[in-house]
Amino acid sequence: MKDLSSNNKSIVDGPSRVDGKHKVTGKARYAAEHPIDGMLYGVLVDSTIAKGTIASIDSKAAEWAPGVKAVISHLNSPKIPGYDDKFYGLKVFFNNKVLFYGQPVALVVADSFERALHAATLVKVTYNKDKSETSVDKNLANAKLPGNPRMKDYVRGEADAYKKAEVSLEEEYLMPLEVHNPMELHAIIAHWLADDKVKVYDKTQGIKDTQESISKTFKLPQENVQVIAEYVGGGFGSALRTWPHEIAALLGAKKTGRPVKLVLNRMQMFTMVGYRPYTRMKMGLGATKDGKLTGITHEATAQTSRYEEFTEATVNMSKFMYKCANANTRYRLVQMDVSVPTWMRGPGEATGSFALECAMDELAYKLDLDPLEFRMKNYAEVDPENGKPFSSKHLDEAYKLGAEKIGWYDRNRKPASMKEDGMLVGYGMSSGTFGAFRWEATASARINADGTLVVQSAVSDCGPGTATSMVQIASESFGIDASKTSFILGDSALPPGPTQGGSGTTSALGSAVFDTCLALKKQLHEIAAAEQDSPLYQSKFEDVKFEDGDILLSRSKKVAITDLLKKKNVPSIAVTLESKGNEELQKYSMYSFSVHFAKVHVHPLTGVVRVVQVATVADSGKIISEKTAAGQMIGGVTGGIGMALTEEGVFDDRFGKFINNNLADYHVPVHADVPHIDTIFINKPDPIINPMGAKGMGEIALIGFAAAIANAVYHATGKRIRELPITPDKVMGAEV
Amino acid sequence: MKPEDTSNEKPHRHIKHTERRDFLKKSSLLTAISLAPGSLIKAAEAELDEKFASALEQLPLSIEVNGKMQQVNVEPRVTLLDFLREQLQLTGTKKGCDHGQCGACTVHVDGKRVNSCLSLAVMHQGKKITTIEGLANGDELHPMQEAFIKHDGFQCGYCTPGQIMSAVACINEGHANSKDEIREFMSGNICRCGAYPNIVDAIADVKNGGQKA
Ligand code: FES
Ligand code: FES
Repeated sequence: MKDLSSNNKSIVDGPSRVDGKHKVTGKARYAAEHPIDGMLYGVLVDSTIAKGTIASIDSKAAEWAPGVKAVISHLNSPKIPGYDDKFYGLKVFFNNKVLFYGQPVALVVADSFERALHAATLVKVTYNKDKSETSVDKNLANAKLPGNPRMKDYVRGEADAYKKAEVSLEEEYLMPLEVHNPMELHAIIAHWLADDKVKVYDKTQGIKDTQESISKTFKLPQENVQVIAEYVGGGFGSALRTWPHEIAALLGAKKTGRPVKLVLNRMQMFTMVGYRPYTRMKMGLGATKDGKLTGITHEATAQTSRYEEFTEATVNMSKFMYKCANANTRYRLVQMDVSVPTWMRGPGEATGSFALECAMDELAYKLDLDPLEFRMKNYAEVDPENGKPFSSKHLDEAYKLGAEKIGWYDRNRKPASMKEDGMLVGYGMSSGTFGAFRWEATASARINADGTLVVQSAVSDCGPGTATSMVQIASESFGIDASKTSFILGDSALPPGPTQGGSGTTSALGSAVFDTCLALKKQLHEIAAAEQDSPLYQSKFEDVKFEDGDILLSRSKKVAITDLLKKKNVPSIAVTLESKGNEELQKYSMYSFSVHFAKVHVHPLTGVVRVVQVATVADSGKIISEKTAAGQMIGGVTGGIGMALTEEGVFDDRFGKFINNNLADYHVPVHADVPHIDTIFINKPDPIINPMGAKGMGEIALIGFAAAIANAVYHATGKRIRELPITPDKVMGAEV
Repeated sequence: MKPEDTSNEKPHRHIKHTERRDFLKKSSLLTAISLAPGSLIKAAEAELDEKFASALEQLPLSIEVNGKMQQVNVEPRVTLLDFLREQLQLTGTKKGCDHGQCGACTVHVDGKRVNSCLSLAVMHQGKKITTIEGLANGDELHPMQEAFIKHDGFQCGYCTPGQIMSAVACINEGHANSKDEIREFMSGNICRCGAYPNIVDAIADVKNGGQKA
């Protein structure tokens, strides 16, 4: 077999994940996999109407079924002190109101999973049903400005300036509802250790967030809530908040006085843990004849729930991605009888970039310009939204590298002009961006007498490889071999780490690890410099280096850290430190950027689209771990292939219910859908954002990708498909 | 698992369990106390009815898991997946859908890959099951496990045991002769993190390097 490896050899031969061995041997324990004596199993009963009230719940048969320990509903639920007027979100088992189809209305707790599952079918619930609305399209007239003040209309220069442009375009685009569907089902084990003390094993991307939200909901001191998440089987945003099923499990455990394990089923993953909202968009673009943008207008109308408002930055990218004096955005929401959406990988921008980056392609063709050239003509050197310089931006270089890799300039730009092996061939490109942040985070670093370095923080890792990156940062900054360095995470009792979302972990936590290691080095040096008989006596920190576990002033003047600890007769020395960005950061616009190039085959008779080649480029500062970074990029592209071609949550609006809420009917990409993917990194440190110069990449890997496919399909067929996903029926039905 | 009861006696299929238990449970209610014989109340309080039910509802099963013979009793409705995860604590085999749609639960039954969520434990009387926990030879990883680490064939790791079990079988079946063939014959194993190209590389690598049986 030729073409052995997708990744280049240096990546394959480079350092691997520190938790890899646990993951390939089945030793890695995810939330539902912690054995606890006396554990019970909880199974939720879901509502079978989308709107109305519960008329009655008959749980007798369930209660009498073997092994059943409790059936909990609003009729008998223990009171939750935190369910006051300020509580945001769905209050589980709170009253008889039904707000969406699939809402948890009862919990059955039994001594085995099978018994709980069976008993749940015996709970009889009757309803008074009201008419529900779940179609955004039918309710566009009810679209409203969100309550969130950050979402108000934006105007720079003149609004709707595209209408007066020499060349203009106005088109509508659709992002359907998408569901995260991480492979691990959301799960929790709730274990009350005392009346006011609880330990949970939970699927969460934010250990401290979960701790805080449970402590607030049950009005417990924060330290009385311990959250464990050693391994998290994917999240993509679905595990960024505490959901009703987690509270339900806590109630079940409270009521029975025993630990309760609750694992959602795949159907419940569609209704209980959020999704990317269905969003209709309108793009208006205007340019001069020679291709200078004169107006950008981006409008979006998205769905939200009636009981909680969810907003995201759908239209933001259009404010700053291209240089243009006139830009305006409008963002509206339609309240529906559905569960609340939530952030899903590339939240907002992933939706918005589909409209913007398709429209840019369309206008380029109208102007008879290469889409890449058109983008370069409108390249933003400074942030057009606020005039600030970018902390770093190498998007131009990214365009160039991606174009070379895919053979962009070897194609015939004319639509429907290329064929190979009986297939229509199309090339498409797009770009993406996402804010780069530096939140505060705390880490601790401990050097042991045996020379090993242990770094810790309360974070969880849903897949990107946080422990691997942190080991890399710690070992580099401390001057010690990675094999002697370990990173401990997954427990709220550790120093407070950031939530893993918004591509911010490496920046926030990496900085904390870096700073903590620096402080530990200083402390060790201080001890050495105070010892009269030390070769480092009275030396300055600036003059020493840390290498291979030694503190060096010169080749001959050095102290082994292990000897230092031995001499002081201490088993270890540790430092805990909070780290955050400074004021300086405010002077800059900080973003990561990505460029996606794709080649597709379109079957001329069936309209089936296959992605055959991808080159994706990340401009996200310094790359900490090449192997895991490449994994993130191909993962984002894979998500993008799903978004572009197959993923769509479909409702039957008559009943307000999902009709494809399983993995056989909701199509996520499988092996056969994903080709060779070239990942390219600019790998230039950002001089501003943090000491490593690393920016996030989880979101940009996906953001913009679907547009590259839509543009490639246009190039292959001459047809513009503006509603995702690009299924064969749409390709065959569209006009040229 | 109830190791104390390994009798091979067939349980009585025709007892109406529900009625009996209803009576026992009801009879433990205050309103029924005067009507119920004292010993019955005691039995209900000691949850003897449930213990009795457990014994009746379980079937004996001899099954070899990762080279170890297991003599157990198991309810006929328990899937092989839940049996492994909940009764044997072999949680390396994952549940991603419980409906045969994701492949996370892939194990080997007599060397063939099977979605363990789609089969009942009691169907495997006398069979040999291999799970991810039984693939390595002590501390020495199986070449497929090594290759997954080297090629970074995962991110979150949740689909990984299923991918690896499937991958080993894919080669043994003779379905790994090209990357396209690998993609086709691995398409029952979903990886939402999207590690597919790296997984394909890992399998191709093992295939090219020769795989130990
Ligand atoms: S859990 Fe068996 S196929 Fe998904
Ligand atoms: S590694 Fe996360 S689902 Fe495959």
